[in-house]
This record gives sequence, structure tokens and C-alpha cells, in this order.
Amino acid sequence: MYSLLASFAQTWGMLLFVALFTGALTYALWPRNQQRFDEAARLPLNDSDEPIIESASEDQAHV
Amino acid sequence: MQSPQTLTRSGLDFSTVIVLLITVLGALWALFAAAFAPDAAMKGQSWLILGGFLTGLLLLVGSVTSGGVETDEREYNENLVKAGVIASLFWAAAGLLVGVIIAFQLAFPILNIEDWGFTSFGRLRPLHTSAVIFAFGGNVLIATSFYVVQRTCRTRIAGGIWPWFVFWGYQFFIVMAASGYLVGITQSREYAEPEWYADIWLTLVWVAYLLVFLGTLWKRKEPHIYVANWFYLAFIVTIAMLHIINNLAVPVSFFGSHSYSLFSGVQDALTQWWYGHNAVGFFLTAGFLGIMYYFIPKRVNRPVYSYRLSIIHFWSLIFIYIWAGPHHLHYTALPEWAQTLGMAFSIMLWMPSWGGMINGLMTLSGAWDKLRTDPVVRMLVISVAFYGMSTFEGPVMSIRAVNALSHYTDWTVGHVHSGALGWVGFVSFGALYCLVPWLWKKAGMYSKALVDWHFWIATFGILLYITSMWVAGIMQGLMWRAYNSLGFLEYSFVETVEAMHISYIIRAVGGLLYLAGALIMIYNVYRTIRSDVTEADESVSPQPAQIPA
Repeated sequence: MYSLLASFAQTWGMLLFVALFTGALTYALWPRNQQRFDEAARLPLNDSDEPIIESASEDQAHV
Repeated sequence: MQSPQTLTRSGLDFSTVIVLLITVLGALWALFAAAFAPDAAMKGQSWLILGGFLTGLLLLVGSVTSGGVETDEREYNENLVKAGVIASLFWAAAGLLVGVIIAFQLAFPILNIEDWGFTSFGRLRPLHTSAVIFAFGGNVLIATSFYVVQRTCRTRIAGGIWPWFVFWGYQFFIVMAASGYLVGITQSREYAEPEWYADIWLTLVWVAYLLVFLGTLWKRKEPHIYVANWFYLAFIVTIAMLHIINNLAVPVSFFGSHSYSLFSGVQDALTQWWYGHNAVGFFLTAGFLGIMYYFIPKRVNRPVYSYRLSIIHFWSLIFIYIWAGPHHLHYTALPEWAQTLGMAFSIMLWMPSWGGMINGLMTLSGAWDKLRTDPVVRMLVISVAFYGMSTFEGPVMSIRAVNALSHYTDWTVGHVHSGALGWVGFVSFGALYCLVPWLWKKAGMYSKALVDWHFWIATFGILLYITSMWVAGIMQGLMWRAYNSLGFLEYSFVETVEAMHISYIIRAVGGLLYLAGALIMIYNVYRTIRSDVTEADESVSPQPAQIPA
């Protein structure tokens, strides 16, 4: 069991982590994502004091 | 027939029934434990646990008779965050006070009162660490995460009664654990001293926390999940994993306090430090970085310096931190390759740590004047500076050769406190100073001057603390390894203790100053909430005055 887990961790496990991390880096550095990130960075600054509600306000009106 | 009032309350829904059931079962277990517990300590404990569950039952019945918890999707649940802010400040005062007491005990051992076992350093020390890390830090993290996830997802917190279950359940865990230490109930695992029954309770609370957080992310109205939420989520998920695996144990009896770990020997040691270091990495770092990424941009009204860097910061921190634990086990029975692995990954942590620090600090570019005018910004910025400093020091200490000198000495204690008081403490206080006026709808804090006093007194306290511990620790390490010409040890152990006496006194004074700063803050917050803010603007979105369930 130990050698099985160890050999998995040293080969496929390592490759998987490298691939995942490379994926994350690619996502972060992909030029076309820049605009989305610019918008996301403004998220805390653009908030209002109320949540966004879709269509729920109509339901309330009929009570 | 139904008034709008009842529509925005949960009533006796399925979730409430489940929580009711959990509470009743818990109370029954405690009642049986009070009757059949094999150890005297547990007999006393079970009365306290029973009291806790009965209080919970009363709260629940009170909540249900007033229509259940509020569930109005048109507003954020701010009462929950308010409760978290107050709990954080209460535990800050308690945890720091115990810290000051044990610091004086080290300097003056007579303060360990012989006839009162609960005053001994051995029992108070875990009380201090748990109270500051889990009670203070944990409440700050829960409160801020509930605030940030609602605001950045633009939706009310999910789960109806469950977030309240998380809040009260967590306080109950703290009381259960802390009172257990005082009567000698401990499983002796660093930062994981609570015994099996408290561990199971925390698991329940923590899984509810995870589901509430995920549920809120799930119903978000913003397409993007803001980076602070990633850090919070990593903190919640990883702590769940660490807590469960590190606490795998077999209780000796169903109603007794004692249990035995599933691991033994070096595997046990590695599990403990895998847990212990990642408690630092994911509780005291990732979670508080979530605070940094929301509160610094919000306070200085500028987007984070580089959102890209924040994503890279996040993933590299996650991928690297989890391997660093073995650096606590240099020169032990742990295989040398594992020690080297821990050391290598600790050194690699320099990159994400400093990347994150630069990202936090550079968010101020163009707003540096706020450092002079806003003491809260100053507090947040110096916390990030301490983050940079202690994450530089940590990897240095993880190098085997340096560790040979530093390990088991007070240098480690100093290092931990530069991170805990400087980074975690200040970023928490900064966030709370932001939150109090926002939540209670005030123009600002009651007194800006008092914020300034808090800042300078606490900063001076930290400097006294860490410099005295550097001196004490390095001296201690050098004395331990000094040989005379005949190859005998130069100093006896007690000589090193005697040499550190003055450092211990300076450290205790530093801690006292830090506590004084926190007490000033509590007074300031109290006056702010009491509506003593002179320039208060009551017109900004009045809060419905409802008492939380």
C-alpha cells in the first residue's frame, strides 16, 4: 500500500499538480482575461447596500 | 392572511427542526454523561455542556415563537456580522488577558498558584492559544467572511437558520474546549487540544459553515467570484480536512473525556505538524488574506493593485503551503528527505508571501496620503508589513542549520507573535474598525484619536515583544550549544532560564501594552455603537431594528 501510494504521488500525482498549477497560471496570465479581471477588481468598490433581486419584488407586491 | 413580516421569516422550517433535533440529542448525551462519565473532570464538564445545549434550546424556542429567523432576500444579514464583531472583541480581550497572565507567570513562577491547578501555566497556555487563534481569530474570520461573501456576491447569506447555528455553535465549541483545559481535559496536540466530543461538535459546525458559504456562492448575482472569497473558501475547506484527519481518535468510552489517537510515533508527529503548520497557513494566513483583499481596497477606495497577481498569489500559496509542516521536525525520527522537503517548500513560500504583500501594499499607490490621515489604513498597512516580515523570518528559521539554533527556543515564540500580533491582530482590528461604522450606520468611529492611541500603544507592545524574544531566543540557543574546553556543556538549563528573566519581563510588558490597545478599541467601539458619534449621519439606509434569533 505504501509503495503504491508513494509511486503514484511521485509520478502521476506530481504531473497532475504541475498541470493544475500551469492551468491556473495560464488562466491568470491569459491576455484576454484582463478586462474581466479589471471588472472583478472593482467588485468591492461598486457594491450597494442592498442585494440584487431579480423578479422577487413582484412576488412581494401581490401579498 | 399572511403579513409581509411573516413572509420574510423562516418559521419552523425543516432546517430549524434539524437544529432543534441536534440540540435535543446533544442535551441528552450531556445528561447521560453527567450520570455515567467515568472521570470526574468529564462529570463537571457535562453539566456545562448540558447548560450550553439548554441555552441553545431556549434561543431556538424564542426564535421560533417570534416567527423564526429573518430571511428577507432584499437585505443583507448584517445582524449576523454584528454578533460576530462583538464576539471577536470579547474573545480578543479574554485571549490577550490570559496571554499577559502566562507571560507574567513565566517571569514570576509564583503566579502559578499551587493549590489551584487551573492557574498553572500548563493549563492556561492552551487556553491562551485557543482563545486568541480560534476564538478571536476564528470569530473575525467567520464575521468578515459572512460580510464579504454577501457583499461581493450581491446576495443574502444562504441557509436561513444555519449561519446562526454556525455562529452560536462556534461560541459553544470555544467555551466547551476552554473550560475543559482548565480542569485538565486535553488530548495534548498542539493547537488541537480539545478532546473528541468537542472535535465532533466542531466538525458539525464547520461543515455547516462550509455549506452556508458554498450556498451563498452558489446563489451569487455577480458572475465572478471575488478573490477574497477564494481565500476564505480555501481556509474553510482546508481547516475541515486538517481538523478531521488530525483528530482521528478512538474515545475510551462513550461518556468519558479521554481518547487515543489513531496514529503513533513519527506518523503521529508528522500528522500533528501537517495540521499545526497548515493551521498557520490556512487559518492564520489564507483566511486573513481574504480580509486583506477586501478591506484594504474598500478602505482606500482603490481596486487591488494587480488582480492577476492575486490569482497567482492564491494558487501558489495553496500549492506550496500544505508541504511545509515537516520543518517543525528537523533532527527527529522523521526521514531526512521529508525534513528537506518541508524546508524546500518553506523557502519557496517566500515568493507567494512577498507577492501578496506587494499586492496589498501597492493597492495604496496614489493614496499613500491616507497613511498619514487614516489610522485604520495605517493599521492595515502595518499588518501587511508584519506579514512580509514574519513570512521572511519563517522560511529562514525553517532552514535546517538555522533551525538547529532556533528550535525549541523563544525565538520561535517571538516569530509566532510577530505574525499573530502584527499581521493577524492588526489586520483583524483594521477590518473591525471598518466594519463597526459600516454595520451600525455611523459616519465613523467615536474617536479617531483613540484609534491612533490603539495603533501606537499596540505597535510599541509588539516591538517590545519580538525584540525581547529575539534576544532571549538566540541567547538561549547559543547557551544550550556552548561547550567548554573539556567537551562538557558550559551551562545548565536553569542558567539559561535565569539569563532570560529580564527578557521575560519585557515581553510581558509588551503583551500588556497590546492588551491595553485592544481595551481602548473595545471602549471606542462601545461608544460608537452607543451613538456617541458626533458627526453621525443617521439618514444612511436605516437598519430594521430586529433582535437576532
